[in-house]
Amino acid sequence: MAEISFRQALNDTLREELKRDDNVFLMGEEIGVFEGSYKITAGLLKEFGARRVVDTPIAENGFIGMAVGSAMLGLRPVVEIMTFNFIALAMDEILNHAAKIHYMFGGQTPVPLVIRTPGGGGQQLSATHSQNLEVWFAHIPGLHVVAPSNPADAKGMLKTAIRNNNPVIFIEHLGLYNTRGSVPDGDYLVPFGKAKIAKEGTDLTIISYSRMAAMALDVARRLEQENKWSVEVVDLRSLRPLDKETIVNSVKKTGRAIVFEEDWRSYGIGAEIAATVQEEAFDYLDAPVKRVANVEVPLPYSKPLESAALTGAKQLLDAINELAPRRRR
Amino acid sequence: MSTEQQKRPDGRDATTTDKPRVVTLPEDENRETLVNYYHQMLLVRRFEEKSDEMYKMARIGGYCHLNLGEEATVVGFCAGLEPKDYLYTNYREHGYALGRGIAPNAVMAELFGKETGCSFGRGGSMHMFSLEHRLLGGYGIVGGQVPLAVGAAFAVAYRGTDEVVAVQMGDGATNGGPFYESLNLARIYKLPVIFFVVNNQYGMGLPVEKGSAVSELYRKGCAFDVRGERVDGNDVLAVRDAVRRAAKVAREEHEPYIVEAVSFRHRGHSVIDPDRYRDEELVRQGRSLDPVPAFARHLLEAHIIDDQGLRAIDEQVEQVVSEAVRFAEESPFPAVETLFDHIYASDEHLQESK
Repeated sequence: MAEISFRQALNDTLREELKRDDNVFLMGEEIGVFEGSYKITAGLLKEFGARRVVDTPIAENGFIGMAVGSAMLGLRPVVEIMTFNFIALAMDEILNHAAKIHYMFGGQTPVPLVIRTPGGGGQQLSATHSQNLEVWFAHIPGLHVVAPSNPADAKGMLKTAIRNNNPVIFIEHLGLYNTRGSVPDGDYLVPFGKAKIAKEGTDLTIISYSRMAAMALDVARRLEQENKWSVEVVDLRSLRPLDKETIVNSVKKTGRAIVFEEDWRSYGIGAEIAATVQEEAFDYLDAPVKRVANVEVPLPYSKPLESAALTGAKQLLDAINELAPRRRR
Repeated sequence: MSTEQQKRPDGRDATTTDKPRVVTLPEDENRETLVNYYHQMLLVRRFEEKSDEMYKMARIGGYCHLNLGEEATVVGFCAGLEPKDYLYTNYREHGYALGRGIAPNAVMAELFGKETGCSFGRGGSMHMFSLEHRLLGGYGIVGGQVPLAVGAAFAVAYRGTDEVVAVQMGDGATNGGPFYESLNLARIYKLPVIFFVVNNQYGMGLPVEKGSAVSELYRKGCAFDVRGERVDGNDVLAVRDAVRRAAKVAREEHEPYIVEAVSFRHRGHSVIDPDRYRDEELVRQGRSLDPVPAFARHLLEAHIIDDQGLRAIDEQVEQVVSEAVRFAEESPFPAVETLFDHIYASDEHLQESK
């Protein structure tokens, strides 16, 4: 167990997987000479050479398509999309090719592809550089979509993603790269489709993922220390497949649920989870499921406007205050 | 600059299909090979005519795009590649599936949506696949297959083996971004890939010169320093030889190469297109260059085959196509219980991790 940053966990894992399997290679914009826009691939070009760490031109459609084609012949590409926003340029290759090829051709060739990309707002990057588009991908059968919230899960899920035989959208977060946590040594794998109870509680359940899950955990711990409410935090980790069982069991226990997400509220992850809860735990609910999400605007540049648009700990606390039982269980 | 070969090495002009040319079959060609090309072309012709018929009898659903008129292009292209080479195509690919050696039964069964189809009935007309025959898919999104082929060529180069990846597309695909990104990527990484552009002169209803600022499509490689040439798509040997030249460049020099085959679609864009947008005279003219009877005539004139030989091939092809229909008719549909099979590949690799 070492205490390292989210960034370091990703960097170590990429190194370990490159060492493990010659079929694994990295590609993306500025990942080699520049060592990554966010330095996730620092040192890897030097260590593994240009055959394994491939700098690409700015052509997302082309190089994501290339990655899919190379995966069809058995390579295991791990592609970095510099920020989540730029993935829009490669949608056809992801939606119509990566996600379809195994099914549409009757299971004749898998597509073992990982696309790593950071989302997240709050850095005054404005409308085209601050989006969280996980719902687009979580909607598509044939893809796996994961979004770890801490360094240990980042390591375990990236290993699983690289060894998985399917296309995986691996969502990182700009606001998580510098966060630290203890990470198990060695070959540590976290399975897809298993949510984690990040903290147990009895009064209400917060369901979240990625940076919002980390924030929810902080809030829940604070409330516990202040002896206010006992909040259970379910960290989804994996959005497709979705661990409905863990969500439903938690809500059955607490009777109350808040979904805390950083994407836009309409048609979001929260909508899917609220529907799941009412389908499978309706009789256990003591209150309607609440969604805490970003305000539905293109994110503005100006700081006060940006702050007003983003969700965060304050919005979560307000929701908890509103939803929590008047009397502790 | 790199657009050298507008003429074939034998001096024949390959840049226009306007008028029938006097074609002499090269002396050194193997006679059996020539007859086999004719056989293949006729198979594509009859298979596609039968597909049209089966579509109209509602045995085939969805969209159905035929290679009618493109037989010399299809057969010449497949003949220019080696069995170890990989092929990606667009959605007008029944002929290419046959040309790669997939059994006509499996191709027809795919059109019928049967479990015995080459994509197990999951893909249909636009999405044929056979790993065994190294046909890595027909693709329904125009241009979407091109980056995939560049990626397959990347995998070949990564492993240091000597296969070539060829990607077929129509003239319309050369107007989209994926084509240009692919040319650039193939060139900077020095990948063994052939861009095979079937210029049948119409992207659905849009004439090439209205959709493309440059109507000699092989010249689009200039901006990327990718060599290319144009051939007469009605000349099976010209197409084959151009593809062989391209394959040599790709295999030995690890450089991409464009081959543009100027061809003609005898019918509408798809089975259900009544083809009202093309001038009647143009269609008459295009069909008059029909490569299948033309090649039969050349074979007869060169005494490579006689009428009896042609009839024998005709009968054999008729029989194969009828058998394909019978096979497709009698094959089972996929069981509904298998609806969810293959959405995801298995996790076996997790267990066998090194």
